[in-house]
Amino acid sequence: MLQIRDLHASINGKEILKGINLDIEKGKVHAIMGPNGSGKSTLSAVLVGNPAFEVTKGTVTFEGKNLLEMSPEERSHVGLFLSFQYPVEIPGVSMVNFMRTAVNEKRKYLGQEALTASEFLKLMREKRAVVELDNKLANRSVNEGFSGGEKKRNEIFQMAMLEPKLSILDETDSGLDIDALRIVAEGVNKLKTPETSCIVITHYQRLLDYIKPDIVHVLYKGKIVKTAGPELALDLEERGYDWIKAELGE
Amino acid sequence: MAAEQQYIDIFLECGSAINKHSSELLNSKRAEAFENFKKNGFPTRKVEKYKYTDADELFAPDYGLNINRLDIPVNPYKVFKCDVPNMSTALYFVVNDSFYPVSQASPNIPEGVIIGSLKEFSEKHPEIIEKYYGKIAKTEEDSITALNTMMAQDGFLLYVPKGVVVERPIQLVNILHSSVDLMSNRRVLVILEENAHAKLLICDHAMDDVKFLSTQVIEAFIGDNSLFDLYELEETHNRNVRFSNLYVSQSANSNVLLNGMTLHNGVTRNMTNVSLEGKGAEIKLCGMAIADKREHIDNNTFIDHKVSDCSSNELFKYVLDDEAVGAFAGKVLVRHDAQHTNSEQTNRNLCATRTARMYTQPQLEIYADDVKCSHGATVGQLDENALFYMQQRGISLREARLLLMFAFVNEVIDNVRLDVLKERLHVLVEKRFRGELSKCEGCAICK
Repeated sequence: MLQIRDLHASINGKEILKGINLDIEKGKVHAIMGPNGSGKSTLSAVLVGNPAFEVTKGTVTFEGKNLLEMSPEERSHVGLFLSFQYPVEIPGVSMVNFMRTAVNEKRKYLGQEALTASEFLKLMREKRAVVELDNKLANRSVNEGFSGGEKKRNEIFQMAMLEPKLSILDETDSGLDIDALRIVAEGVNKLKTPETSCIVITHYQRLLDYIKPDIVHVLYKGKIVKTAGPELALDLEERGYDWIKAELGE
Repeated sequence: MAAEQQYIDIFLECGSAINKHSSELLNSKRAEAFENFKKNGFPTRKVEKYKYTDADELFAPDYGLNINRLDIPVNPYKVFKCDVPNMSTALYFVVNDSFYPVSQASPNIPEGVIIGSLKEFSEKHPEIIEKYYGKIAKTEEDSITALNTMMAQDGFLLYVPKGVVVERPIQLVNILHSSVDLMSNRRVLVILEENAHAKLLICDHAMDDVKFLSTQVIEAFIGDNSLFDLYELEETHNRNVRFSNLYVSQSANSNVLLNGMTLHNGVTRNMTNVSLEGKGAEIKLCGMAIADKREHIDNNTFIDHKVSDCSSNELFKYVLDDEAVGAFAGKVLVRHDAQHTNSEQTNRNLCATRTARMYTQPQLEIYADDVKCSHGATVGQLDENALFYMQQRGISLREARLLLMFAFVNEVIDNVRLDVLKERLHVLVEKRFRGELSKCEGCAICK
């Protein structure tokens, strides 16, 4: 589904990603772990086309297409979704209006008819249930005045609405209490199909208790330095990153 | 400093023709206005209040005037399709600066209410009008007001007697219609006695692709416990110049909402002067401006807290694109005796391009010691993070920008107290941002 080859990226002239190689297969959950500042969030930002980052080298292919040539909205239309670490508040833009525009623009891209108002509201109702998102929140401005947990739930709700092929969850567990974490993780699991994949970026094993990864990678200083099965996450939880640094000869 | 000479000459030459086609009451104010105009001339940009709009330059070109009140062969009731339909307003027209005769009285206007030509009713009811006309629009203080007072021959009158509630919104459509460049000077007088209610919507339209220059002076007297809404909506074109001076005097416990919206224009300068004369008076003063190309919108506001226990709340928002220029100067004066004043002023502006310019000047002058006042002004760009967030969800950059701009001005529209107008404004503003509203939608003539 996704192939990343020798990806280099920088922000304000500072190189953060220094040659990432990664393959994501259909139906798989990949976890990316790593110490602070290793480039995890940069990788997710680059994949969805955040203009703040500059790709200096390498290729990214998504379902046979050159992802790096696409605009952020086009990447969304072909099935890429990022659950933001810090969801943005947009005062004055209602959730309903925001989602309706997003869903219908995607449908337009795919050559489908726009949803009618009642079809859309029905879809909202169904998907809200996935993350137990209160109707009151759906009527408010996007993320405005939402608690940390509500914002993250809202991210997964949007994911449910847009039905992406590849979802990137960027520290979706940060700022969540145990109950919210469970609801969010269950939401992600409900949305999982054999056709969809997921990249889970996290610091902690905790989230991976709920969202079971097939493969775990360690990102360190802009490179993937270790790849193994789910047991790697447990190892890291127990031993930290020092042993990996030691393996690298640091 | 030369533009005034032609107006001085016209007045000296055509003074009797002006008088002939107007009323005695309107004529009675001309001589003094003329003296003041001659003495002060047009304000240059060195005058603080006119710093952002060059009156001298804008009044310099030669425009035609319809002093002899030649008929304009247009029936606005037939050709004008209102941009705010389904409001079932009581609808009136001023074509250029003449009131267009009404064929039949609007239903659902309570008895005693007078709506119509200022010229006509100042002849029929001078005893009412003379108490108000020219009383707050001081010709010695503002040359545009002086010019309007010396030249205006007609306009619009709304009079609501004591205790009368006019439920039905009243709509005045100012139509500019001419085959040659034209200047018009119209005058509006609003009188609400005690315990009266009325809502007035004034729309400005320019129907022909010639240059128009208009002056408008509105005086509004709002009695004790009265409630008044005034919405002004300008949808003219790039060759239109508008100078409008609005004066409001509020008595005790009156409640006034003013909302001035500029959707399309050339050069616009709106001055709003609110005097809180009676305890417990409340004013909500809002404005919204959407400008692109080289449009120019200047709002100058002054709220005078003369007595105690009044509140004022001011909100102006601008969205400027291309090379548009916006200006906002808002002064709130809290006088020595105006204790327990509650005053808030906000001006927020978006510049969508590097070439758009916004000048903002919030001013607060307080001489009382037990008051709550605040003011704030910002000029900024659209939030990059919000734009990217929306793009990630599949919303195109263009659409995302529209949503943000729309959200930005929505706060002003939300203050509208007429639901149908509010809904209609949402549509108009959206069309405006999408570039579908190149000029007024409503008129059949320009199609």
